[in-house]
Amino acid sequence: MEHFALWLSAFLTLGILSFLYKDNPWYKLSEAIFVGISAGFWFVTLFWDNLVGKFWDGWQDEPMLFVGAALGFLMLLRLVPKIGWISRWPLAFIVGATSGLWLMNYLASNIMVQVQATIQPLFSISYASGFDAGWGAIISSLVIVVGTFTGLVYFFFSKEHKGAFGGAARVGIFFIMITFGASFGYTVMSRMSLLIGRMDFLLGDWLGMIG
Amino acid sequence: MRQQIPLLITFIVGTLLIVSVFIPPFGDLETTFNIWFDIIAVFAFFLGGGNLLRVHINKLRKRKRDWGFSIVTIVGFLVMLIAGLFKIGNPGDIASAVDAPGSLFYDIFNSVQYPLSATMYSLLAFFVASASYRAFRAKNREATLLLIAAFIILLGRTPFGVMLTYWVPDSTSLLQIPNLAIWIMNSPNLAGQRAIMIGIGLGVISMSLRLILGIERSYLGGDK
Repeated sequence: MEHFALWLSAFLTLGILSFLYKDNPWYKLSEAIFVGISAGFWFVTLFWDNLVGKFWDGWQDEPMLFVGAALGFLMLLRLVPKIGWISRWPLAFIVGATSGLWLMNYLASNIMVQVQATIQPLFSISYASGFDAGWGAIISSLVIVVGTFTGLVYFFFSKEHKGAFGGAARVGIFFIMITFGASFGYTVMSRMSLLIGRMDFLLGDWLGMIG
Repeated sequence: MRQQIPLLITFIVGTLLIVSVFIPPFGDLETTFNIWFDIIAVFAFFLGGGNLLRVHINKLRKRKRDWGFSIVTIVGFLVMLIAGLFKIGNPGDIASAVDAPGSLFYDIFNSVQYPLSATMYSLLAFFVASASYRAFRAKNREATLLLIAAFIILLGRTPFGVMLTYWVPDSTSLLQIPNLAIWIMNSPNLAGQRAIMIGIGLGVISMSLRLILGIERSYLGGDK
C-alpha cells in the first residue's frame, strides 16, 4: 500500500509538472483529480468540524445554535426558485456580522496599532544614561515615519497630486515599490521552497537518488 | 420586503457587533455569531458541492469537450466524501477523528491531495520567474526600486548572498546583503506595509459602514 501511495504521488506530481511543457491529458487528469478531491476534502472537514463539532455536539447546552442552523438551512432555499429570495437572509447575516466585526477589528489592528507604532520617540534623554540612541536606529525610525506618511499621502486621491503634495506622493510610491519588491521576493522564496520540497520527494523519496 | 428584511438583518447584526465592544454583557456575541457563521458555511458548502456535481454531470450528459475528466472529478469528489463521512478504515470507531492516521481519508490526503496542491503552488515559481523576466525591466525609477528590493531580499535569504559580501568589514555591516535585506524588511518595507495597512483599514471601515447603513446593496443582487 505504501509503495502504491508513493507511486501515485509521483505520478500526480509529474502530471502537474508536465504543464510546463504544455497543456496535456496527463495534466488535465491530475487537475480533475485535484478539483474533485479538494472539494470533497473541504466538504468533509467542514461537516465534521462545524456541523457536527460545533452544532450537533453543542446544541443541548446552547439551543441558540439552532438559529445558525436555521439560517444555514435558509441558504438552501436558493434551490427553490419561488422562494429563493429568502436565501438572502443568511447572506445578510454574514454581511452584517463581517462588517461589524471587521469595522472594529481593522480600526484597532490596522489603524490604531499601526499609528501608535509609527509615532514613537526617536531617542531618549535621561540624567542617568544621557543621550541614548544609535544613529542607525534614529535613521530607521525616520525612514518609517516618512515612508508611512508619504505612503498615506499617495493613497489620498481626493486632492490632485501636484506641488508639495505631489512630491510627497511620489516619495510614497518609492516606499510602496520597495514593499512590493520585498513581498515579491518573499513570494518567490516560498514558491521555490515548495518546488524544492517536490523535487526532494521525486529524487529522494521516490527515486532514492538523494539521501 | 425582499430587500428590506435583509437590509434590516445586516443593520441589526452589524450594529450589535459594534455595540458589543463597548458593552461587556454583549462581549460573547462575537463568539456566538462566529459559530453561527461557521454553521452557515457548511450549508454554503452543500450548495457548492451540489453545484460542482451539477456542472460536471451536465458536461457529461451533453458530451462537452473533455467530458471524460468530469467523470474523474465526480469520482474523486464522491470517493473523498464517502471516505470522510463514513470514516472508512478509521482505526477507532465513528467517534475518532476523521483524519486519524490509517484512515482512507488520511491516506488520500497524504498521497493525492497534498502532493497535488504542493506541486500546483510550486508551479507558480516558474510562472513568477517568467513574469518577472518580462515585467522587471528597469524601465523607470519605480520599477528599478522594486527590482533592487526584490533582488536584495532574494539574495539575502540564500547562502550565495552571504558569500558575496562576507568580506565587508563589521564597521559597515549594513552593507552585507543579509543585513541589508533585514534592514529593508524592517524599515522601508515596514513603512510601505503600514501605509497599505492603514489604507486597507480605512477602506474596510468605510465599506463596513456603507453595508451596515444599507448604502451598499450590491450583495443582494437584483430585485427578484
